[in-house]
Amino acid sequence: MGKVSMTVNGKAVSADVEPRTLLVEYLREHLRLTGTHVGCDTTQCGACTVHVNGQAMKSCTMLAVQAEGADVTTIEGLAKDGKLHPMQASFKEHHGLQCGFCTPGMVMAGIDIRRRHPKADEKTVRHELEGNICRCTGYHNIVKAIMNAEV
Amino acid sequence: MYQFEYHKASSVDDALKKLGGAEDGKILAGGMTLLPTMKQRLAAPSDLIDLAGIADLKGIKVDGKTVTIGAMTTHWEVHSSKEVQKAIPALSDLAGLIGDPMVRHRGTIGGSLANSDPSADYPAAVMGLGATIKTNKREIAADDYFKGLFETALEDGELIVAVSFPIPKRAAYQKFPQPASRYAMVGVMVAETPSGIRVGVTGAGPCAFRVPEMEKALTAKFSADSVAGITIPSDGLNADLHGSADYRAHLVTVMAKRAAATIA
Repeated sequence: MGKVSMTVNGKAVSADVEPRTLLVEYLREHLRLTGTHVGCDTTQCGACTVHVNGQAMKSCTMLAVQAEGADVTTIEGLAKDGKLHPMQASFKEHHGLQCGFCTPGMVMAGIDIRRRHPKADEKTVRHELEGNICRCTGYHNIVKAIMNAEV
Repeated sequence: MYQFEYHKASSVDDALKKLGGAEDGKILAGGMTLLPTMKQRLAAPSDLIDLAGIADLKGIKVDGKTVTIGAMTTHWEVHSSKEVQKAIPALSDLAGLIGDPMVRHRGTIGGSLANSDPSADYPAAVMGLGATIKTNKREIAADDYFKGLFETALEDGELIVAVSFPIPKRAAYQKFPQPASRYAMVGVMVAETPSGIRVGVTGAGPCAFRVPEMEKALTAKFSADSVAGITIPSDGLNADLHGSADYRAHLVTVMAKRAAATIA
């Protein structure tokens, strides 16, 4: 066991974890932030996407100890004062949710895409979304939501 | 994942000391291959030595003739670097085709090359551009680096610290991605380097290789037509459910043709 400390959604947290604890396990099981989902567990589906120091990363392919000292944002950290983040609002507006399982990862990836490509067109968004899998195959509305979010 | 001890290295020497002291230690770079392998219990190292804290291993330096990239520089940093885009746009393009954005944010050039996955993209760049792998002990030319399936010239106690690419006159990378994983079924880097024309291939064989016949033909006349008629033998090439050895051999010609067409 080793101690790990980081900031999650603006709050300092620390815990004793085994080195093999994945970041997603730490978020879900230790911090009870269950909005971050495990879809495939093989680094493909992107349902576990969170922001680490401002960059989208797959929390199922990162050890909690690797996030020592990092600033982590999960889907729970986006809404402020009861107001949805513009990317969440856009998903709602364009019905980008479908069954909702992939949605947290899609929203986190979407914010990251628009941060790097503020004026992303459809082709860019589709290319950039290749690390996030929606099993409803509902990409059309997800792409629309990401392109049109007022971020 | 089996249990292991985790160590954060403060320097290359510290990493090697910790590696030497471990029963069955492994170096952790970006972890984009190692961690999935450990999760599937296909690897069970006793210790992981994380290089993430070593500032010396990060960063990109460009001088008049070369682009030198620290081993722990991520694919995203290589892709988005204005300096790399200007000096070797083909290398920036290639980095932007690796995995997906989240993988590019963590995966590193040194990790990719140390692993020498037969379908990874960077080996084509190293081979095609005639790069030099710099380790804590020596400098290894691309031609001497790749030895086989997941096998390199790296020895025990040897760690990649940087990769140095001579700036080519022109270069292009074309990749046929495996539709699910986005790994290269076949990727070809065609480049006119200071030491001549080189064609580096990844994905097709157990490790990256050059195609001398194509290099000769492109030297005689640099055009897509020059390589269009050149086929490589499929003996010993990779085969899986996504493509036979014959198919991969065919793709080498197609990708080389496309790459040459981009810059001819």
